[in-house]
Amino acid sequence: MLELKNISFNVDSDDGKNEIIRDLNLTVQDNKFIVITGPNGGGKSTLAKIIAGIVKNTDGQIIFDGEDITEKSITERAKMGIGFAFQQPVRFKGLTVHDLLRIASNKELSISEACQYLSEVGLCAKDYINREVNASLSGGELKRIEIATVLARDVKLALFDEPEAGIDLWSFNNLIRIFEKMRNSNKNRTIIVISHQERILNIADEIVVLGDGKVLKQGSKEEILPEIIGKDYALNACERLS
Amino acid sequence: MKEMDAVQKRLLKEVADLHDIPEGAYNFRANGESVDRRSTKNIEIESKTDKSGIDIRIKSGTKNESVHIPVVLSASGIKETVYNDFFIGDDCDVLIVAGCGIDNCGTQDSEHDGIHRFFVGKNSKIRYVEKHYGSGDGSGKRILDPVTELYLDEGSTAELEMVQIKGVDSTQRTTKAELKKDAKLIVHERLMTHGEQQAISVYKVDLNEEGSSADVVSRSVARDSSYQKLDLCVKGNAPCSGHTECDSIIMDNGRILAVPSLEANDIDAALVHEAAIGKIAGDQLIKLMTLGLTEAEAEEQIINGFLK
Repeated sequence: MLELKNISFNVDSDDGKNEIIRDLNLTVQDNKFIVITGPNGGGKSTLAKIIAGIVKNTDGQIIFDGEDITEKSITERAKMGIGFAFQQPVRFKGLTVHDLLRIASNKELSISEACQYLSEVGLCAKDYINREVNASLSGGELKRIEIATVLARDVKLALFDEPEAGIDLWSFNNLIRIFEKMRNSNKNRTIIVISHQERILNIADEIVVLGDGKVLKQGSKEEILPEIIGKDYALNACERLS
Repeated sequence: MKEMDAVQKRLLKEVADLHDIPEGAYNFRANGESVDRRSTKNIEIESKTDKSGIDIRIKSGTKNESVHIPVVLSASGIKETVYNDFFIGDDCDVLIVAGCGIDNCGTQDSEHDGIHRFFVGKNSKIRYVEKHYGSGDGSGKRILDPVTELYLDEGSTAELEMVQIKGVDSTQRTTKAELKKDAKLIVHERLMTHGEQQAISVYKVDLNEEGSSADVVSRSVARDSSYQKLDLCVKGNAPCSGHTECDSIIMDNGRILAVPSLEANDIDAALVHEAAIGKIAGDQLIKLMTLGLTEAEAEEQIINGFLK
């Protein structure tokens, strides 16, 4: 279980302190598929980074599986089973897809094992396994490899920061399938996805609406989705384009 | 063959990946003298008569054969300049493995300067691997100042892999190439310096005839207080194509000066250079830390990948 207690995050700005997250409280039960949504600038990505330890909260407490992890580093949290997929996947000159999956799985990963993770995200393994994770890969390919690195870790809590950002509509359909598959798999894994996409909201067990640094609404999909449909932070891709 | 000691064998493994006598032609040089040599039907190795060094003659049509010419220095205070000339006939396809390992536990400087010249015949293809390595905890410096000259005849290809990852205190490497019609030069240089080391690497490539091409890529890492200067110059003197790339990571108090330069002397010379120097990107470290690595482990993985 993940508990966020009175979490605040401030940054210094020209006109004093700017509150990105304000005294936020949130509890996430195990093995749930949670989607956090809300208007841009509402603090969603910051919150995901606070949970992973990438950003340090100014105030409050984070409890993961009964343990206070507030002061723990990114590495310590990763070793406890927290995974994080970046909104903008990082590129590496020289590191191959196989290298990255090997680091993620923390073992000498065989080609066939690595291939399994790649096929889970819909990539043909033999085309990618020895490719460098560099600018030669498209945004959609990088995104899927980013997701594969989280799958390879077999984490207890997987955080995905706007997986749909920067990918084309064709890749988006594949992405939805990956999340549906993850949702339906029997693994003991809690999934938190930051997303604006109605199709991702549709597969959630629970939806959290974040705005102005606070939880505005939290509840089951059936309860929350009808309330937020049509709002600009929960539009389908075509509507957002029009 | 004179027996090599354990230090010499270790150096040999580092610079030539050799545990034992290789197949094909070879010449082993240790502490200033040739200790073993083998010529084959197609590859003849002979000592020079006017100066220190060897001539390697490879018959036309020789394919899928290799020459190993590693050098090891395990005694302190040796300074030598060795001239090795490779005469490669037409239509060959050969692998040449050179390299020098210095172990200096003494107080005097040890230096090996290998002057290698390659005369590559028409339509021949060579792959040249040169690794430099230093070890030993003496105060004497380990110095390597190699010169590589390549003369590529029509339709020939030379692929060079130049590696210096560890332990060489001072190096000034010069690589020159002259290319004829449709000749092709590919260079991958990998360099890492640490401590107070200094490394200067100069490339001068002349694309002299139509259809010639060069692709020179240098990846380097400067750690601690080390200094590197990379000077890559490609001249296009005919309709040709050239590309150079200096890609460097600096760490600690490391310093790097990259000087890529292009000179086009023909309207149809297409030349491109790229240069980038910077520290390891913070988001790369963070990504690997979210996969469970510590910051130091993440740094090591990024550098290993970069120099792979």
